[in-house]
Amino acid sequence: MEKLETIKDYKNRIDNALENQFLRSAMDKFAVAYRESRKNAFAGIDTDALIAEVAEIKRNAIKNNDKLFEEFKSVAQKNGVHIHLAATAKEANEIIAKIAKDTASQKIIKSKSMTAEEIHLNKWLENEGLEVTETDLGEWIVQLRHEGPSHMVMPAIHLSRFQVAELFSGVTGKEQDAEIERLVKVARKELREKFVKADMGITGANFVIADTGTIGLVSNEGNARLVTTLPKVHVVLAGIDKLVPTIKDALTIAKVLPRNATGQKLTSYVTWITGPSEYLGDNNQNLDSSAKYPSNFTKSDSKNAAISLNSESGSNKREMHIVLLDNGRLKIASDPDFAQILQCVRCGACANVCPVYRMVGGHTLGYIYIGAIGLITTYFFHGAENAKNLVQNCTNCGACKAVCAAGIDLPRLIKEVHTKIQDEHGHPLKSLMLGRVLKDRKMFHALLRIASVAQKPFITTQNTSDKDSSLKRVCAEESFYLRHLPLIFFKEHNFRTLPAITKVPFRDRWKSEKWQSENFGSSKINTKQDKKLNSKQIRIGIFSGCVQDFVYPEQLEAGIKVINKINLDNPDIDIKLEFPMGQSCCGLPALMMGEKDAAADVAVQNVNAFNEYELDYIVTLCASCASHLKHAVPKLVKSNKADEFAQKVIPFSQFINRMLIQQPDIIDKKIDKKIELKFNNKANINKKVTWHSPCHLCRGLGIKDDPKQLIKATGNTFIPAKEEETCCGFGGSFSANFPAISREILTRKLDDVENTGADLLVTECPGCVMQLRGGALNQNRKFKVVHLAELLADI
Amino acid sequence: MNPTNIISEFKEKASLVSAVIHEADTIEDAFSIALSLCKKNFIIASPQLDNSALPLLEKLCIENGITLLKDNLRKYTNGIDMGITFADFGIAETGTIVVNSDSEDKRLSTMISEIHVALLYKSNIKATAFDMADELSALTSRASSYTAFITGPSRTADIERVLAIGVHGPLALHVIIIAA
Ligand code: SF4
Ligand code: SF4
Repeated sequence: MEKLETIKDYKNRIDNALENQFLRSAMDKFAVAYRESRKNAFAGIDTDALIAEVAEIKRNAIKNNDKLFEEFKSVAQKNGVHIHLAATAKEANEIIAKIAKDTASQKIIKSKSMTAEEIHLNKWLENEGLEVTETDLGEWIVQLRHEGPSHMVMPAIHLSRFQVAELFSGVTGKEQDAEIERLVKVARKELREKFVKADMGITGANFVIADTGTIGLVSNEGNARLVTTLPKVHVVLAGIDKLVPTIKDALTIAKVLPRNATGQKLTSYVTWITGPSEYLGDNNQNLDSSAKYPSNFTKSDSKNAAISLNSESGSNKREMHIVLLDNGRLKIASDPDFAQILQCVRCGACANVCPVYRMVGGHTLGYIYIGAIGLITTYFFHGAENAKNLVQNCTNCGACKAVCAAGIDLPRLIKEVHTKIQDEHGHPLKSLMLGRVLKDRKMFHALLRIASVAQKPFITTQNTSDKDSSLKRVCAEESFYLRHLPLIFFKEHNFRTLPAITKVPFRDRWKSEKWQSENFGSSKINTKQDKKLNSKQIRIGIFSGCVQDFVYPEQLEAGIKVINKINLDNPDIDIKLEFPMGQSCCGLPALMMGEKDAAADVAVQNVNAFNEYELDYIVTLCASCASHLKHAVPKLVKSNKADEFAQKVIPFSQFINRMLIQQPDIIDKKIDKKIELKFNNKANINKKVTWHSPCHLCRGLGIKDDPKQLIKATGNTFIPAKEEETCCGFGGSFSANFPAISREILTRKLDDVENTGADLLVTECPGCVMQLRGGALNQNRKFKVVHLAELLADI
Repeated sequence: MNPTNIISEFKEKASLVSAVIHEADTIEDAFSIALSLCKKNFIIASPQLDNSALPLLEKLCIENGITLLKDNLRKYTNGIDMGITFADFGIAETGTIVVNSDSEDKRLSTMISEIHVALLYKSNIKATAFDMADELSALTSRASSYTAFITGPSRTADIERVLAIGVHGPLALHVIIIAA
């Protein structure tokens, strides 16, 4: 048995991947190029609608899987196909090995199949003494190197032309130039011989079409066509999840698959095969001499015995077998939550956009299946042992979900698998402690207060020469130690300068009369002096989240200052602010560490805390909290109260923008007068400002324009960054768990920001601020990092 | 989309994927175009031509000193210079041709030839694949049916994501659109 990899081994592999300069630059180029080509490929198409259609087709196909299977089986059998249903990987391997034996097949050629990778088919057949040759160029390359594919569509993306040239020199016994066109021709020639001599061809299937008994194969190189035409025996191996009702359904999927995979409108070939096709080779096969044959062609010895049923009966059809693989799929199909992973069409896009994949490549971010879907399916197909390290390697950025061809909720399911594995195999101490502490808000907050004192000797205040009041405040007091949760349990994250825990958390400031009068002038919170009699009241609850409460209270102060100013400037409205003291951490850190119980527990606490007040909106200045409260809390709590709570949650930028710029009938309260925020202090005007869109804001909540509209409204010059929506690498506990990857993602991000020439980087999540500001300080970058509220409050 | 737009979109999209488009008035013209792409001593394969088309091509081949194969292509798996086949449909949206090739010889002529020349009647060009879904469903519901969507020549980007044309299939694809 293979030795199981420890988390330490895994991290070593990550370090090696990060040091591989070719891989790094190849992945980087690919990430940027892919985004563009995908966009072009989908131009003029309603992508969301198409993806929804694909998801629906697959969802129903999975629901009706048994019916589709029966339908397919009866049509295909009538057409002369041998149908096999394999319950496990082992069974599938045995079936295929037996077909080879029964047909006296010795030489096998394959076109690329992830399902064959899933069951380790090559190894099995080779152990049976059979010769197996992959014919997809990339797949052949990795086969020759005795490694697995590093991408589901581009298996050899991790290799350079020089590595391929060296490999091919070895194979051909002749020095080969590192020229790609030439290398492709070498493969063409070498593999053509293999095609001609092969006894059996194995393919996967992108579609298994029930009503006509057809399989569909999507490919670019044309190898799948030769694999299904030259050898006498054709074996198809496909997961039962590949069944769809009709060819129309397959065409719909084919519309999204290549566009999403490689940015192609369609691959060079899509081949539809219904039953055994015509085979004109005889049993001693096709090896008569011919002018165009290379001289070294010989008759294959095994051929003499290779007389199959069809040829005996004088048929001119090949022998065709279709092996449909369960390997746990039926069980997944019956799970209400995980059934959706069977919707996957294996386009590989979830890897293409993944910031972690971009840093480390597919051998590190996958076992067999790669990228986000791999983090999930590894657990189901290859066991918890192979999944347990892998599943943690995700920043929860949601980029995968945003492009998934089948509309799968990948980031959430990754966390679900994480929880499952910990529930089955034990929770690490760190994560258990976090869970326990979070469940008990008072203990949690007491710990933070102690930490704020305990950290004192370690704080190194950063000097800032910037005389701007706004910037001085936000950049002061960054320390080398951070003792706030959940990072309190981690040590290895000093690749960025981290802030200290505040002496006076926001919740204490809120309660203090002195703070109130300092921040709200003569008027106390919620006692507006000059309101009109018929002014519309807007009741807002502030959700702080733990980072702003205990680390960056100044961000909340800034936000409240902005809201208060709007209140004072506009007599037609009367904003009433509440800060429910019973609120706690949003629970996302617990979920990130696979502590779903704890996350559910704090979700209930938060719902109850806010339920005590009558509120129109729950405003939060933390994008991660907002997205978690809105989407995860209703799933964790499952009550009407929780649904109402979630509905009221709104991120700061959207709330302010709606009031100021979009001027809507805010919360059904028709307000006739234009609401204004009078920017009077012009201190920050004429700065060049760029924007980092927090993952949980742009993808988690679909908010892309509100913050940018606000930045523009301040009168500063807005310069968009090329990768404004790419993750900063924080991901809460991710950055402490995988500091090396987090650091590299961060550096890319800072480069991208620096390229804009901006003086100020604005964002809307305290986690992003922590990561980006810490990184900018640590790397002496030229720009400052502020929260959107701080920008608005200062103007 | 009106018919003229469909044709021009087909031409545009097919060209984008490196297919070369020609236009001909008749089958005879189309064969002449195909022959004009040949070099001396070329071996051409064109299985499954019907009795009206075959004599036309045979005549041209004899005139030009070119070998014409009609079957037994399995003997030539190491390569044929040119394969000429009819395509059943064209798909404008993606510049695709649809070739039903249940016959092994026809299939091989589209796979092992260095240059694949496909003849396509203008009237068979549809806007999208969905506009021929019923015909396709009928084609593929027959036992032993083998039907291919072909979009440009065979290609790969498996080494450093650099596009290279001509891996295991044809190095070039010519589509001759026939008016009548
Ligand atoms: S959420 Fe982000 S980091 Fe996690 S798998 Fe998806 S793309 Fe990768
Ligand atoms: S999970 Fe979605 S994006 Fe990833 S391979 Fe499957 S279909 Fe493509």
